[in-house]
Amino acid sequence: MNLNTALSRPQIMTHAIKINGLHKSFGGLHALKGIDLTIEQGEFFALLGPNGAGKSTLISILAGLIKADAGDVSVMGFDVVNQYQQARQLLGVVPQELVFDPFFNVREMLRFQAGYFGRGPENDAWVDEILEGLGLADKANTNMRKLSGGMKRRALIAQALAHKPPVIVLDEPTAGVDVELRQLMWEFIKKLNHQGHTIILTTHYLEEAEALCSRVGMMKQGEIVALDSTANLLNRFAGKQLRLTLGEVILPVSIQALLKNKDNGIYTFALNDMAQIEFVLSSLRAADIKVIDMQLSEADLEDVFMSLVGRPAVQVSI
Amino acid sequence: MNKQSSLISPWRGPWTLLKKELLRFWRVAFQTVAAPVITALLYLLIFSHALESHVHVYDGVPYTSFLVPGLIMMSVLQNAFANSSSSLIQSKVMGNLVFVLLTPLTHLQFFVAFLVAAIIRGLVVGLCIFLVAMWFVDIHITHFWYLFAFALLGSALLGTFGIIAGIWADRFDQMAAFQNFIIMPLSFLSGVFYSIHSLPPFWQKLSHLNPFFYMIDGFRYGFFGKGDVSPLISLTIVGVSFFVLALITLKMLKSGYKLRA
Repeated sequence: MNLNTALSRPQIMTHAIKINGLHKSFGGLHALKGIDLTIEQGEFFALLGPNGAGKSTLISILAGLIKADAGDVSVMGFDVVNQYQQARQLLGVVPQELVFDPFFNVREMLRFQAGYFGRGPENDAWVDEILEGLGLADKANTNMRKLSGGMKRRALIAQALAHKPPVIVLDEPTAGVDVELRQLMWEFIKKLNHQGHTIILTTHYLEEAEALCSRVGMMKQGEIVALDSTANLLNRFAGKQLRLTLGEVILPVSIQALLKNKDNGIYTFALNDMAQIEFVLSSLRAADIKVIDMQLSEADLEDVFMSLVGRPAVQVSI
Repeated sequence: MNKQSSLISPWRGPWTLLKKELLRFWRVAFQTVAAPVITALLYLLIFSHALESHVHVYDGVPYTSFLVPGLIMMSVLQNAFANSSSSLIQSKVMGNLVFVLLTPLTHLQFFVAFLVAAIIRGLVVGLCIFLVAMWFVDIHITHFWYLFAFALLGSALLGTFGIIAGIWADRFDQMAAFQNFIIMPLSFLSGVFYSIHSLPPFWQKLSHLNPFFYMIDGFRYGFFGKGDVSPLISLTIVGVSFFVLALITLKMLKSGYKLRA
């Protein structure tokens, strides 16, 4: 099957990404231990995990930069090894490292990148749209060397999008990008997602994953330890948190099991539902303990991450 | 997607990579073209003045005329090697080779694009030296097609060797070792500055093991119709060497050796 015929094949029923029994070892290190993962078309998916979890290895296998020891990976139904030309045509990957070609300017790089995928001058309008969407229009004719770190990062994203791939993998796309530019970038990526592009994201910023992604996969030591919708993960693993300022008191035995943390007279309770609030407060009233201050907060992905991976999010990286 | 896919050209990928490689050396033409031309002309100036009356080469061929084809071919070979090897090692060290590795380009397309760019740079440098040398030295082409065949095959052979070196080397000092310990000695000891018949028998035999000797001798045959060995033998040796190196390179690229973990 030639490339054009293959890409013209109806893609409606295929998964954006399908991974079966993926294994990879580097010497004695078993980096991926039988990963199974399916990502549907149009999803905004987050892949999270601490250093050494295997996320970059997984993405590199998907992109054809690393060969798997066992297992299958396909992009929109095309095997990344046996049908690598079709698979790569459908995939855009933003590498984690800030790499660039110092010989060329931004527009030239985007045209080259589109050209590698067989796109010619007819693709220029899309290149202009990417430059505009990522706030690079005024830097289009600037040599890559002269761009700031944030601009280089955006140029990297633009390169991955140059051939308008339906599946986009963003490996730490916002590292080193300031808040304003990050917002601009996410608006553009969200727009692409609304247009039907599948987005797979790894990020240091768990709040980004929580705000953007409909589904989350968490990896730890080469395995997927959680895979669910963001809402389900938040409900299942974290629930709500009640922070009460009580001073130095002895808590009633009935609510001690709910206590998650105690710090300087501030007690944090992990609750599964709203009914437990009244239970905690009535127990305190019965013990004649006065509540000085009270805060109720929803759990976030960081709490989920902590409970699953057991490390604070500041250590999260790829 | 369907509309887009109908616009994808199978030739545009390798053509784009070739265009990028050509632009890469052309953007720094002062370093990649002008500098080797000046270096070759300096060799010509110094060696011709110093040795013109001392070295006898072929009957009826002045030493300065003898020197020109050797210098042209040496520059063609060195620059063909430099083009593919430096492009690859720079891209590897800087990490931007990933932009090519992520594409649907096949290993054959990758090879052809880097190879053709190396050949073109080698031929451009050689042509420039020839055009400038023509003003100072009386030199004529006797067998154009031999000359062209050796220039083409020689630059292809060294361009391919440059790809192997670029894939193998992980650091700039490893690449410098290739240049200084393999390419430079082989090209200087290949008969650029002398006919091997002027060497003692042992060194004559040793020269026959040097593939650069056949490329330079064959290229020189294109100018004078004379050489140290038959041009057909030289052409066969150069052609077979290119074929073998090309197969090795394609195997390396297909397996992803040092490019894909």
